[in-house]
Amino acid sequence: MTSLTRQYAAALRLLLALTVLLGVVYPAVVFGVGRLGLSARADGSLVEHDGKVVGSSLLGQSFTGDRWFHGRPSTSDYSGDTSGGSNLAASSDAQAKAVAERRATVAQADGGAGTSRGAGGIPADALTASASGLDPHISPEYAALQVPRVARATGLGTDLVASLVAKHTQGRTLGYLGEPRVNVLELNLALARAAG
Amino acid sequence: MSEAAAGLLSLLTLVVALVVVCVPLGTWIAKVFTDTRHWRVERVLYRVAGVDPEREQGWRAYAVSVGAVSVVGFVLLLGLILLQTSLPLRQGSDGMGVTTAVNTAVSFVTNTNWQSYAGEAGVTPLVQTLGLTIQNFVSAAVGLAVCIALTRALLRDGTGRIGNFWVDLVRGTVRVLLPGAVLAAVVLLVGGVVQNLAAPSTVTGLSGAEQVIRGGLVASQEAIKELGTNGGGYFNANSAHPFENPNPFTNLFEVFLLLVVPFALPRAFGIMVGDRRQGRALLGFASVLFGAGVGLTTWAEVAAASASTGSMEGKEQRFGVWASALFGAATTSTSTGAVNSLHESYSPLGGGVVLTNMLLGEVSPGGVGSGLYGIVVIAILSVFVAGLMVGRTPEYLGKTIGRREITMAALYSLVMPVLVLGFTGAALSMDGPRSTMLASGPHGLTEVLYAYASAANNNGSAFAGLSADNPWFNVTLAFCMAVGRFVPMMLVLGLAGSLAAQRRRPETAGTMPTHTPLFTGLLVGIALVLAGLTFFPALALGPLAEALS
Repeated sequence: MTSLTRQYAAALRLLLALTVLLGVVYPAVVFGVGRLGLSARADGSLVEHDGKVVGSSLLGQSFTGDRWFHGRPSTSDYSGDTSGGSNLAASSDAQAKAVAERRATVAQADGGAGTSRGAGGIPADALTASASGLDPHISPEYAALQVPRVARATGLGTDLVASLVAKHTQGRTLGYLGEPRVNVLELNLALARAAG
Repeated sequence: MSEAAAGLLSLLTLVVALVVVCVPLGTWIAKVFTDTRHWRVERVLYRVAGVDPEREQGWRAYAVSVGAVSVVGFVLLLGLILLQTSLPLRQGSDGMGVTTAVNTAVSFVTNTNWQSYAGEAGVTPLVQTLGLTIQNFVSAAVGLAVCIALTRALLRDGTGRIGNFWVDLVRGTVRVLLPGAVLAAVVLLVGGVVQNLAAPSTVTGLSGAEQVIRGGLVASQEAIKELGTNGGGYFNANSAHPFENPNPFTNLFEVFLLLVVPFALPRAFGIMVGDRRQGRALLGFASVLFGAGVGLTTWAEVAAASASTGSMEGKEQRFGVWASALFGAATTSTSTGAVNSLHESYSPLGGGVVLTNMLLGEVSPGGVGSGLYGIVVIAILSVFVAGLMVGRTPEYLGKTIGRREITMAALYSLVMPVLVLGFTGAALSMDGPRSTMLASGPHGLTEVLYAYASAANNNGSAFAGLSADNPWFNVTLAFCMAVGRFVPMMLVLGLAGSLAAQRRRPETAGTMPTHTPLFTGLLVGIALVLAGLTFFPALALGPLAEALS
C-alpha cells in the first residue's frame, strides 16, 4: 500500500469511528440528559387545551378573527414546515407595499393612528414580518392596541382582557436581555379559558 | 430600563463571560496540544485508524492527511445525502438534487455551512445527525489542527516536522470540542431548545388552523453549530427559529459559544510560543475589529429603527434590534454564519458592515483555527511592511520572513478577493444568475457580493433573498467554498513547513517588538488597508450607494 492510500484508509476508518462517537453517542447523551426532568422542554414546550395538544408555546400560530389576539405578520403563515422571512430590504417597493397593506389591516381591525409611532400609533412589530415566520411574541404595545377589539368580540370586558395581557407580559429576561414581549398563544389560551 | 442601557448591559455580560472562560480555555487548549500522553479513547481511535500517534509529519504529509480527511468526509457526506430518501427516518423529506447535494457536502466539510436547501425539507434527521453533526465537529477540528501546526512551526528549530495531524485532529475533537459541546447542549436544553426523536405531528391550533410541529435532535446540533463556528441551521430560519433559539438568554449564550474558541486561541498561541504578550497583541487586534463591527452594526440598525417599521422586518420580537445586531456582527466576524435575523432586511449600512466583517478575511477573530492562522498571516505581512519601511530583515518570533514566506502570505491574502470579485462580476454579467436575485439596483449587487463573500470566507450566512438553489450558484459557490478553504490552508501549511525548517534567531536590539500596542495598531492598519483597497469599489456600488440614495 502506498502512503497515499494508507492516509485515505486511515481517514475513512477514523471518520467512521468518529461517526459513532459524535453522531450516535453524543446526541444520545444529550437526549438522555433531556429526559432528566427536562422532557417537556426537550419535546418542544407543547401546550394543551381541553386535553389536546394545540401547539407549542415557542411557536407562533395563525390567529384571525376579532376574538383572538393576532401575532406578527408571517411570510409563511406560521407554517411549521417552511420557516423563514421575507428577506426584503426597506428600500424595496415590495416591502413598502407589504407594510402599507399591514398598516391598513391593523388600522381597520384595531384603529391605531396613521403613521405615528408611540402612543396610539401602530407598533413596528405589527407592520413587519419576523425572521422565522414563527415568532410567538408581539410587543406589549401591540397587545394593548388589540385589547378593545378582543374585549368587544369576546364580551369579556376591557378590564379583564387588559389584566390577562398584563399577566402574560414578560419583561426583558433577567431585566435586561432581549425585549419585553407577550406570548400570543399563551394569552389566547388564557382568553379561551376565561371565556369558558 | 431603556433599550440602549439593556443592550449595553447585555454586551458587558458577554465580555465578562468571554474573559472568564477564554482565560482557562486558552490555557487548556495549549496544554491539550503540548501534552505528551494520550487519553484512552484517543488510543482507541488511533488504533482503529491505524496511525502511529508518535510519528511527526513534515508539512507535505500533514497536508495530505488534511486532504484525506476532507475528501473522505466529503464523499461520505455526499453519499449519505444522495441516499437519504431510501434510508430510515425519512420523515417526508424530499431529498436534494445532485448539485444541491454537492454544494451541501462541500459546505459542511469546509466549515462554511452555506445552505441552499431548507433544513425542514432538504435533509432527514438521519443526515442531520450522522452526517452534518460529524462535519460540524471535524471541519472545526481540522481548522484548529492547522492553526496549531503553524503555531508549533514557529517554535521548531531547523526540523521540517510540524506535528501529527491525526493527533491534532483527535485531540481537538475529544478534548476541546466534544466536552464543550456537551456542556453547551445541556445549557441549551435547559433554555428550551428541543432534543427529541418525535416524527413531525400536525396539530390543530387554538383557532382551528393546522400547524406541523417538527422536532429533532436540535440541541446537540445547535451546540456544535455555534461552538465550531459552523452555522448550519437545523431549520431553515436558523437561530431565528424558536426551537433553535427560544429566548434572549439562549441567544446571548449562542453568541458567546460562537466567539469562545476563536477568542481563546490567541492565549493558547501566546502560551505555546512562550510569550503570552504575543498572544495578547493578536487578541487586541481581533478585539478592536470585533468591537468596531459590533458598534457599527448596532449603530446602523438602531439609527434605522426611527422609521415606522422600527428595523423589525426580519427580526424576532424576543430579540429586538440590539440582540439581533450583536448576533449578526458576531456571526459574520467568526465565519459562523448562523443568523437570528435576516441580514438582507438590515439597513443598507448594517448589511454593509456585516458584509465587511467577512471581507476582512474572517480575522476578527475568525473561525475556529482558521481565524488565528489568518491573523498570523497578517502579522507576517505587517512585519514585512514594517521591515521595508526601516530597511531591516523582517522577523517574526525568531523566524526570518524571507521570499518564500512572504510569497505564501501574499498568495494567501489574494485567494479570497479573487474568488469574491471574480465570481460576483461573472454572476452579475449573466442573465441567468441575475434573474435569481430578489432585489434590484445596489441592493441586488450586495446580495450577490454577499453570497460569494460568504462562500469564499467559509462564513455561510446569506442575503437570503437570492434564490441560490440552482446549478450556477450551487456549483460556483461550492467551488469558492472549497478553494477558499483549502488553498489558504495548504499555503499556511507550506508556510509552517518553511518556518519550522529555519533555525530560530536570537532576539537582538534590532528586532522589531511584536507584542506592543503599536504592533497591534499596525496589524489593524494592514488588515483595513488590504480589505479597503480590494473591496472599497464593490462596497461603494452596493451598500454605500444604497445608503446614500
